[in-house]
Amino acid sequence: MKIPYPIFLKRTEDTPRWLPTVTSVGAVLLAFVISGIILAATGANPFQVYAYFYRASFGSWGAFSDVMVKAIPLILIGLGCALAFRMRLWNIGAEGQFFVGAFLASAVVMVPLVNLDTTPRWAIIALMMLLGMIGGALYGFIPGFLKARLHINEVIITLMLNYVAVLWNNYWIFGKWSEAGFQMTKTFPRNAWLPRLADYAAEIPAFSGLTLHAGIIFGLIAAVIIYLIVYRSKWGYKITLIGDNPRAARYAGIDIARNTILVFMVSGALAGLAGMTEVSGTVHRLQERISTSYGFSGVIVAWLAKLNPFAVIIVSILFGALLVASREIQPSGISFLIQGITLFLVISSDVLLRYEIKWVRPAQETAQ
Amino acid sequence: MNWIEIFRSGISTGTVLLIAAIGEILTERSGIQNLGVEGMMLVGAMAGFKIAYQTGNVWLGLLAAIAAGGLLSLAHAVVTIHFQADQTVSGLSLTFLGTGLALVLGEGLTGQVAPIIPRASVPLLSQIPYLGQVVFSDHNLLVYFGYLLVPITWYYINKTRPGLHLRAVGENPAAADTLGVNIYRTRYLYTFVGGCFAGLAGAAISVAIAPGWYSNLTVNGQGWIAVALVIFAHWNPWRAALGGYLFGVLRRFTLDLQGPRMLFGLANPFFFNTNLVFFLQMTPYLLTIIALVWGSSAARKKRIGSPAALGTAYQRGERGR
Amino acid sequence: MTFSEKPNAVPAVEMQEITLRFPGVLANDRVNFTMYPGEIHALLGENGAGKSTLMNALTGLYKPQSGEIRIHGKKVSFNSPKDAIAHGIGMVHQHFMLVENQTVTENILIGLDTPRFGLNLKKYDDEVSHLAEQFGIHIDPTARIWQLSVGEQQRVEILKILYRGADILIMDEPTAVLAPQEADELMDTLKEMAAQGKAIAFISHKLAEVKQVADKLTVLRRGRATAERVDLQEYTRESLASLMVGREVIFNLHKCEQEPGREILRLEAVCALNNKNLPALRDVDLSLHEGEIFGIAGVAGNGQSELVEVITGLRECSGNVWLEGKNIANKPPSFSISQGLAHIPEDRIGVGTAPNLSLTGNIIMKRYDQEPVSQKWQLNYVAADALAGNLKDEYDIQAPSVQTQARKLSGGNLQKLILARELSSTPRLIVAMQPTRGLDIGAIEGVRQLLLRQRELGTAILLVSEDLDELLSLSDRIAVMYEGHVVGVLCSGDFDITNIGLMMTGTLPQDLPPEQEAPKDPAPGSASAFDEVLDHVKDYEQIEQAIPPAGQPVIITEEELPPAEDPDAGLSEKERVLRKVLGKKYAEGDEE
Repeated sequence: MKIPYPIFLKRTEDTPRWLPTVTSVGAVLLAFVISGIILAATGANPFQVYAYFYRASFGSWGAFSDVMVKAIPLILIGLGCALAFRMRLWNIGAEGQFFVGAFLASAVVMVPLVNLDTTPRWAIIALMMLLGMIGGALYGFIPGFLKARLHINEVIITLMLNYVAVLWNNYWIFGKWSEAGFQMTKTFPRNAWLPRLADYAAEIPAFSGLTLHAGIIFGLIAAVIIYLIVYRSKWGYKITLIGDNPRAARYAGIDIARNTILVFMVSGALAGLAGMTEVSGTVHRLQERISTSYGFSGVIVAWLAKLNPFAVIIVSILFGALLVASREIQPSGISFLIQGITLFLVISSDVLLRYEIKWVRPAQETAQ
Repeated sequence: MNWIEIFRSGISTGTVLLIAAIGEILTERSGIQNLGVEGMMLVGAMAGFKIAYQTGNVWLGLLAAIAAGGLLSLAHAVVTIHFQADQTVSGLSLTFLGTGLALVLGEGLTGQVAPIIPRASVPLLSQIPYLGQVVFSDHNLLVYFGYLLVPITWYYINKTRPGLHLRAVGENPAAADTLGVNIYRTRYLYTFVGGCFAGLAGAAISVAIAPGWYSNLTVNGQGWIAVALVIFAHWNPWRAALGGYLFGVLRRFTLDLQGPRMLFGLANPFFFNTNLVFFLQMTPYLLTIIALVWGSSAARKKRIGSPAALGTAYQRGERGR
Repeated sequence: MTFSEKPNAVPAVEMQEITLRFPGVLANDRVNFTMYPGEIHALLGENGAGKSTLMNALTGLYKPQSGEIRIHGKKVSFNSPKDAIAHGIGMVHQHFMLVENQTVTENILIGLDTPRFGLNLKKYDDEVSHLAEQFGIHIDPTARIWQLSVGEQQRVEILKILYRGADILIMDEPTAVLAPQEADELMDTLKEMAAQGKAIAFISHKLAEVKQVADKLTVLRRGRATAERVDLQEYTRESLASLMVGREVIFNLHKCEQEPGREILRLEAVCALNNKNLPALRDVDLSLHEGEIFGIAGVAGNGQSELVEVITGLRECSGNVWLEGKNIANKPPSFSISQGLAHIPEDRIGVGTAPNLSLTGNIIMKRYDQEPVSQKWQLNYVAADALAGNLKDEYDIQAPSVQTQARKLSGGNLQKLILARELSSTPRLIVAMQPTRGLDIGAIEGVRQLLLRQRELGTAILLVSEDLDELLSLSDRIAVMYEGHVVGVLCSGDFDITNIGLMMTGTLPQDLPPEQEAPKDPAPGSASAFDEVLDHVKDYEQIEQAIPPAGQPVIITEEELPPAEDPDAGLSEKERVLRKVLGKKYAEGDEE
């Protein structure tokens, strides 16, 4: 490949196994450095800021528990995005699917769909989970269908649907479900809460105050399931093939439209489940701000993790730390900036995985 | 229902979309899809506002906005043209990047007041009853800029030599390459130009049409609507303008629905239940989806497609392995 | 052929000791190439010999590592195509470089520095018409490219070069996409241009064409020039062929007489549209039998691709397509695959393989649902790897391991991968489209052997090929397609190139000229049997069998061959052929 400068990129024969991990890690580190420079330019002290980051996220068990709480929706959404991206379906609508999942899960309590006093806790939670996933799946069906049948660019559709979902939730939060005129619903009854570590503070005093909830189990199970799907199942093979070369997949007899819709629905279901865990496990109500842009951070998590389910867990924890720490920092957009730079660097560094860079002096310019 | 006001407002809002859309049309005609328009509009809005605020000179602010959008788009250009990364993902990352930059560098600007681009009326033409009021009176200068931009862009693309090269690069880069057209340079140029326009569109919001800085609510999805508009407009500047203005009108119309007590002789539900405003706010986004759906199927019927080489990176002499 | 060298003339092009290297391949090794104005100079060589590379160096696309280029006596160094264009050099590529939805004139104007800014098309339309008439070319400058025929598009390419004042033209395999009659028209145009003083370089691998029109000849083999600037009269075609290939190539293509079996595939009144919603197939009726190779001849673009797509379930159609009694028309590809249809696609990179998947991943593309690879919902990758490993050995696919990604394979190995996948599923019907395109001679022979072996096993084979000689040598019957119709079907006894050529351009069988005369006498200076053969064929590769009047095929058996290079007596015949011809080749790299 010829570039009009004396850098010569040669298609590499063999990518060392460690290179993808190194580029991801390197991208994050470099992003912190660059953001630090930008911070300094705005007058803040980057070292102070980063020291605070560390304290606020890993400084105590309480902080770490907060980090894990933030990581849970990231894991679920990240897994959903990793699956979709493997098929080159750009599901940027995780945010909207998250909200719809949260909405339907809340409906169990708010309507209410079952008798909250007599139904056992596990049943309520199971129903909320189910509805959360259904909500996300249905909302993911829309872009999936439009793409499969009409070949419409899913990026724009999913983004538009994000805004619609938030507004839909607002209608209910500000209106019929509003609590005393505030922009949130009433607090859910206890038996609609996902169990938390703090609930067992009586038996294990160390757990007191720790808000980490059962959603983490969902996340871990989902990671295993996604792993099995992608790396072990026939369906995963089909998805990978479609993502690599759709024309070949069609030639091989694979129904691309059907798989598009299915993958979008699964991806949406995971995001919807994340929404459910947030309203049931973290805030215990439906409110306007239930997401600190989990949907977008999830996209970045998936990409940084190079679509590997277990890496998604690790990256989610890291990003969770970022979100927790930046809650109280000025400037408030710093986490967004770091995430944006990280994603950009990861994409740029992907080139290293396909090419080796060789410096060529102009006199020796090879014919290419 | 003050229709004059609705159309006027529609034209103002539409101008923002139109400027961003025309920039993206130029970029996409060269074969590069830049989904980072939202991010570029945000940095443009922030830079325009900030510089105008700090220097007191709104024209400097405009310049800063254009430069900001252009610079950011260069990042996209390098990654997609030189590194041949996937254009969709790169564009998305640019949205995040632009948003992040705008939020951080725009810290503290919320609620401030900065000088804005002045308004004016076109002499003579503004005297025309109705039409003159709607189109030529008391509009921000950038609106008139928009009027001129459309025919100029159309002429450039279709009736000039550089426009011919632009189209060739987007349709069949290999053909243009063998005839000596520099594909890389062409794509860099038009990506940059597209970014400049996006930055300008952002500034059009913050220092002209809806003045002020409200962090990421300043743009609030209009960049994405502009990208959708390009598809809906079949990469044609006239249709982009039409779509943009139509969009603006519809948006204003739906907001105005809340005003009157009676609507078409019946009690106006939007008046009596203020929460229904959220549904009204949904309309721009739903309209975009509908426009995309309609635009795609119409395109398929008429066999008009996107520029043939849109979205694919170009490699000279790629051996058919 | 009216060129005669004047004394003291300055050559239009002089390339001396040109060396061009790509990573891993020496494409041109100290090649000399010289042309004078008014001369038609042929550049002959098999696929991968380096002819296109050499000419691309002349057009400024590549820069040689060493060697000198002189244009009209002046030393030059090109950094880009623009430099070459400025020196009056122009190339008509095999794959046209035209912008489909722009007009002829617009295409011609791309890349020029005038007009400065505004585009007054009317004025340039007139200029283009004027230029075309000068060389006897008929074209409408306001037509859009997609509206033109292939021959007309080629003329637009020529006009592009002439408009830029080129006096050195390079034609890259120009007749590959033309019917025989269109090719003759092209030759006339070339002669007219030469008569007006242009120097024309003509890349080809077809001997007869070259003999028809060229004055001088340069032959390349594996990057080296084995004959430089020779007069065509001096060489027999046999000796030319061996110059190109370097050994006496005698293909041991045992094609036995076989009675075709029962009907496997039948098309009834099939109609289909192409991508532009224009009719591509009109009322096509076909019937294929077991153990038969059914060739489809025709200039590219007359419905062959659509025919293949209709049969393989990739395109809608009206009418019926019966595969062993089941109607596979308008059903998804999965259905026909399950009924035993194998498809070797035209585009091995874009359709036939997934670049980032491993060999294993590509092998199981159509059998991930079958034992032993499939285990309920799981994919047994261990079994898949074993399967891939066996096929890799059996078909001699050169790759470090079964985990190697497909994009790292060369074209020949990719084709072997596709063949391994498709043929190992014991299909009932094989649809092969351009299976040997772009491969070097060893790989081509291997592919043909495999197809013939399948024929012996009773598989029905539909072979679509632009290479008429390939069709002639392999097919039992040939159907000729023209503008979506099946113009005629010929049986192997009646194959006649002229008639087929006529049908390819629309002449119906009943309108063909009466019986041909007896074959011409052998060319002077050679009485070898091969010359007789070569009179009937156009492609040097087709040195297989002459058809004596009795109609019996002559088979050159093993014993009559020159001694083999390394006798591998213990291996099966197919393996021996593959290893002998393919194995060594791939150690040296097989393509440009």
